[in-house]
Amino acid sequence: MTTPVLRVNDLRVHFFLDEGLVRAVDGVSFEVHPGQVVGIVGESGCGKSVTMKAILQIVEPPGRIVGGQILFQKDSGAAIDLTRLSPKGAELRAIRGAEIALIPQEPMAAFSPVHSVGEQIIEALTLHERQWRPRGPRLSRAEARSMTVDLFRSVGISMPAERIDAYSWQLSGGLRQRAMIAMALSCRPRILIADEPTTAVDVTTQAQILNLLRDLQRQHGTAIVFITHDLGVIAQMARYVVVMYLGRVMEQGAVEEIFHAPKHPYTRALLKSIPSMNVPPRTLLPTIAGSIPHPLGRPRGCPFHPRCPDAIPGVCAERVPALRPIGSTQLASCFLYNRDEASEP
Amino acid sequence: MAPMTRYVLKRLVLLPALLFLFSVAVFAIVQAPPGDFLTTYVATLASSGSSISAEQVEALRREYGLDRPIWVQYLKWMENLAKGNLGLSLEYQRPNAELIGERLVLTMVLALLSFVFTWVVAIPAGIYSAMHPRSAIDYALTLVNYVGVATPNFMLALVLMWGAFAYLDMSVTGLFSPDFVEAPWSVARVVDLLKHVWLPAVVLGVAGTARLTRVMRANLLDELNKPYVTTARAKGLSEWRLVVRYPARLALNPLVSTIGWYLPALFSGSLIVATVMNLPNIGPLLLRALINQDMYLAGSILLIYCFLTIVGTLISDILLAWLDPRIRFEEGMR
Ligand SMILES: Nc1ncnc2c1ncn2[C@@H]1O[C@H](COP(=O)(O)OP(=O)(O)OP(=O)(O)O)[C@@H](O)[C@H]1O
Ligand code: SF4
Ligand SMILES: [Mg+2]
Repeated sequence: MTTPVLRVNDLRVHFFLDEGLVRAVDGVSFEVHPGQVVGIVGESGCGKSVTMKAILQIVEPPGRIVGGQILFQKDSGAAIDLTRLSPKGAELRAIRGAEIALIPQEPMAAFSPVHSVGEQIIEALTLHERQWRPRGPRLSRAEARSMTVDLFRSVGISMPAERIDAYSWQLSGGLRQRAMIAMALSCRPRILIADEPTTAVDVTTQAQILNLLRDLQRQHGTAIVFITHDLGVIAQMARYVVVMYLGRVMEQGAVEEIFHAPKHPYTRALLKSIPSMNVPPRTLLPTIAGSIPHPLGRPRGCPFHPRCPDAIPGVCAERVPALRPIGSTQLASCFLYNRDEASEP
Repeated sequence: MAPMTRYVLKRLVLLPALLFLFSVAVFAIVQAPPGDFLTTYVATLASSGSSISAEQVEALRREYGLDRPIWVQYLKWMENLAKGNLGLSLEYQRPNAELIGERLVLTMVLALLSFVFTWVVAIPAGIYSAMHPRSAIDYALTLVNYVGVATPNFMLALVLMWGAFAYLDMSVTGLFSPDFVEAPWSVARVVDLLKHVWLPAVVLGVAGTARLTRVMRANLLDELNKPYVTTARAKGLSEWRLVVRYPARLALNPLVSTIGWYLPALFSGSLIVATVMNLPNIGPLLLRALINQDMYLAGSILLIYCFLTIVGTLISDILLAWLDPRIRFEEGMR
């Protein structure tokens, strides 16, 4: 087993709003190994994006990391805890974009509308120049430009030399997403976080972008954290999957194990709600009972208990189950698989 | 043609048409009071004991076409204007061009300085406030801004003048020391002007600075929540660099479109301050011209106002298009 490049351990990110405390991320743990694709799934609002922003320490106020560790394995030796670095400090800024890159969720507005996309990529290249090229002459403007053209070509943008001078609003959704991927990959990061990179594009483009990411991942051995609502996409892309609900990890493990033998009641419900080829057409899809609670009205105990068909009376509503190993790669946080913990006083 | 060039050309084509409309409107306004200006003139002269010969009156009547229909008068006025002849001031007995020219320069200097003061103070203050919302300095700036907006500027002028006089033993009225008021332009006169002009420039700029700080703060706070800021931050840019380069730049755009209003607003808005501080700028001149029915003087000043407004708007439109490619492309393509 390799050493993980990234280890998120019991991460907690809370938003201190005037109306109350939102525990957007409340104890999330997972690992990312070099060159691995980790999928993160969960319903809207379960804290996926906030977790990713926390890794780079760019959660916007009033949000704050209130607990846990984010251990990042540097190229040289020791792992560092990113939560201990100052969010505005040089050390963390040298990791952002250069070692861990983010493809943000909103591709429409993720580029500045008044700067050409090429300019914004050149900026990243210049900024981290000494990291992706420790030696050699300083990067000239012309060289940065031609590198950007190459990047555009490598993500499958036709007429790259013209396109780098375009503004983001002049590009189609698919092209914009490719340009964003080009920017994220520009400094050859070791971890790429892709926050729902395919939700805003049509199905054909979605397939192309997924293929592109997979190819790039194979070529460069970049680890990818892939966020989506779509379990089908996870099955195509990821080796390992993390299922989140209300700011906590419900279950995680190798994709085959989770898909074929889901253990957690939430994962089971989630898998049942995807349409399958074997179901006769026009039958009502099973949905998860109940609805997601309001962010301010988080349930006590297991966050899923108000909707859980298997909830254990007197236990699930009282205490929070911890994430425990239940198979070779599988972990779940559910009292059903941890009777000892459930029966503790 | 580049979108930018097209955009500018389209604006320039509109310029003469707008000027024509304004000139008609201005003419109609200065013509509105009963009686023509020659009658007023003769009466004024008579009341002050001097007189004017019948031939002179006749000559003036012909020069301005006063015996002809109104549209001829308008055309005569335009013809004179085109020749650079703004007419004669009745009250001052001097060519209007001379009267206005001198004051126009001082007004522009004052406007430019108070504009620079406003922007140099307000933009950084607004950026700081937005980057540190609810911090002690943000609250302090907010307070100062409310006071700044709420204080009438003539009041501020009075307080400062009194302060300077009482504690610094300085007389800060006017734009020149007594020795230089009537002197011809020279280096020494310019230096003297610079010594005096900053106070009125600050007085005239305070309310605008306060407003601009608030607007900049609000605009930037909006922009800071946009996804492209997250992208820039995730890229590893330092906070100041990224704010200045991205959201501040976008927050400025709507402000740039207000630059054009600045000059005319300062022209007319500064009347009370100019009177209180005894500033030789154009506001008081216009007021007197209107009161005395010095119609070609008033007409000329109003027309210059209009011209400056149009040019100002043009400048801010061009600046905005230059700053914001979305506008450049949209307008240039239409
Ligand atoms: N800026 C913010 N201010 C207040 N609360 C926030 C903020 N950003 C996120 N949250 C809270 O954090 C929770 C998780 O948000 P997050 O964006 O991580 O969800 P997500 O899992 O990415 O959802 P989606 O699939 O819709 O992108 C939300 O329910 C919201 O209440
Ligand atoms: S802990 Fe209880 S409520 Fe939560 S998922 Fe397991 S059985 Fe359901
Ligand atoms: Mg999200």
